[in-house]
Amino acid sequence: MSPSKSLTSSPPRIYTLGDSALVCELPPPATLACQQRVWTTAQAARDWPHVLEVVPGMNNLTLVIDPFAADREALAERLRTAWEAAGAAPTEGRDIEIPVCYGGQYGPDLKAVAAHTGLAANEVIQRHAQGEYIVFFLGFQPGFAYMGGLETALHTPRRSEPRVEVPAGSVGIGGAQTGIYPAVSPGGWQLIGRTDVPLFDPTRTPPTLLQPGDRVHFTIAESHA
Amino acid sequence: MIDVIRAGLLSSVQDLGRYGFRHLGVAQVGALDPLSLEVGNRLVGNRPEAAGIEITFGPTVLRFLRATRIAITGTEFGATLDDKPVYSWWSLPVQAGQQLTLNAAKRGMRGYVCVAGGVDVLPMLGSRSTDLGAGFGGLGGRALRDGDRLPIGVPLPRAGSRGFSPDAPEFGVKAPAWCKFILVDEPVRRGRHATGIAWAPPIRVLRGPEYDLFTDAAHEAFWSDEWLVTPNSNRMGYRLAGTPLERKQKSDLLSHGVLPGTIQVPPNGQPIILMSDAQTTGGYPKIGAVIRADLWKLAQIRLNGAVRFIPTTEREAHNALVEERKYLRQIDVAITMHDERCAREMAPAAV
Repeated sequence: MSPSKSLTSSPPRIYTLGDSALVCELPPPATLACQQRVWTTAQAARDWPHVLEVVPGMNNLTLVIDPFAADREALAERLRTAWEAAGAAPTEGRDIEIPVCYGGQYGPDLKAVAAHTGLAANEVIQRHAQGEYIVFFLGFQPGFAYMGGLETALHTPRRSEPRVEVPAGSVGIGGAQTGIYPAVSPGGWQLIGRTDVPLFDPTRTPPTLLQPGDRVHFTIAESHA
Repeated sequence: MIDVIRAGLLSSVQDLGRYGFRHLGVAQVGALDPLSLEVGNRLVGNRPEAAGIEITFGPTVLRFLRATRIAITGTEFGATLDDKPVYSWWSLPVQAGQQLTLNAAKRGMRGYVCVAGGVDVLPMLGSRSTDLGAGFGGLGGRALRDGDRLPIGVPLPRAGSRGFSPDAPEFGVKAPAWCKFILVDEPVRRGRHATGIAWAPPIRVLRGPEYDLFTDAAHEAFWSDEWLVTPNSNRMGYRLAGTPLERKQKSDLLSHGVLPGTIQVPPNGQPIILMSDAQTTGGYPKIGAVIRADLWKLAQIRLNGAVRFIPTTEREAHNALVEERKYLRQIDVAITMHDERCAREMAPAAV
């Protein structure tokens, strides 16, 4: 995943989401170089007036704005300029190991992932644990890290009906991404395992275990293929 | 201190929400009907961002351990203070030991009990709101239970003035539901729906970024259906049921930011309106977004009730917020007049 020349020339699409948000989006595929630019632009936007939140996504950035006071057009122009000025910042991530109990009661969708990918359940586990994943952004719930680096063979679409209750610590696959649910919540990803490492503590600074740029390695604590 | 004698269906400590940590996945949370909370805080002399108790449907019973001033806003509960009936949108004096009973909500779904000084739980990440999903903030990161005791903050100097003192008379303000500004410009529907339920209230919506990915039939259904608010709905999102909204082609989107009001459509075609406790990012296409000025109306729609979506413009969305501010200024004027009247009545005694 090295920076490509075409990336720097492709202009972002900037649009509103309702009356309270502005989105800056790059077309797929998601690359680390593009994501580093998202981080740099996010850093710049944090201090702008009437910007309440700056939320990086995968290949995109959402500014939550004050719908009463914000000048959308001026902010959109500023966002465009900041994106063009942003270079890919070097990543100084940490290496973090997360032990996972794969399959069985911990990974109710392991069979579905195996069926979709055409791999044996055990091979899904082995391949998932061999990967190195980079935290692209946090979202969905406190401490939930969206990570890049899931090998293509493991890509599996989200469930057609999201679960109302996913157990805390569940490790899942959603499309081309993999991640861990820090707390009980609804969720649409395919669950393949579970960990007991805490990912969010509101009394800690920063409150999340994982930060953008970190490199995550899953280890097999138990395997129920 | 407030003793929670009976917590009811779902009661929690909420303020105007938690901001500044959304990039770490921390939800906004806060009052689902922030307009009601803002008015309630004004009625007891608090800052708008003070925390109150959000009550879902009821029945809820609270006991006040000290003389203070309270207000109920949001829906009408048929409430009583000891045995005396009390109404929502009124500022009431309470005496030490008095008990407030909020019976079942009569029309809407949610109400707020505000108290002079605010509910003074420890702020976490900049807010006193309860994050029920992540389990922090509010009282122990959870919904209130029978037997809980809530700390009350020190009232502002304003709240200590004559008009807000425990022995000043009660006074009320107009509820937003009775104000012209919440009306939507469309033909009035009278009577009842053929199914016997009330007409679904209109909610103003701007087209979402993925609106054009849906079929013409989906667009037609989106704007003309009455969408059932299923019992599976909660503070995170309202799960609606109606005509499945089909896309022209299926494809997974990359994860992106979402916020309260975003209407996303999972592959089963049944839309979900994200609410205060919603996740910070999502992956489903967004067919629309409820405008900020109409979010509080959603908080008052009951489970198994219905909503309709009507198209609006950015200009209308902004004008609606202007009207909302005008309403809050009228409330401020009414409160100032009450305060001055109380001060005048006291003046002769002081001479």
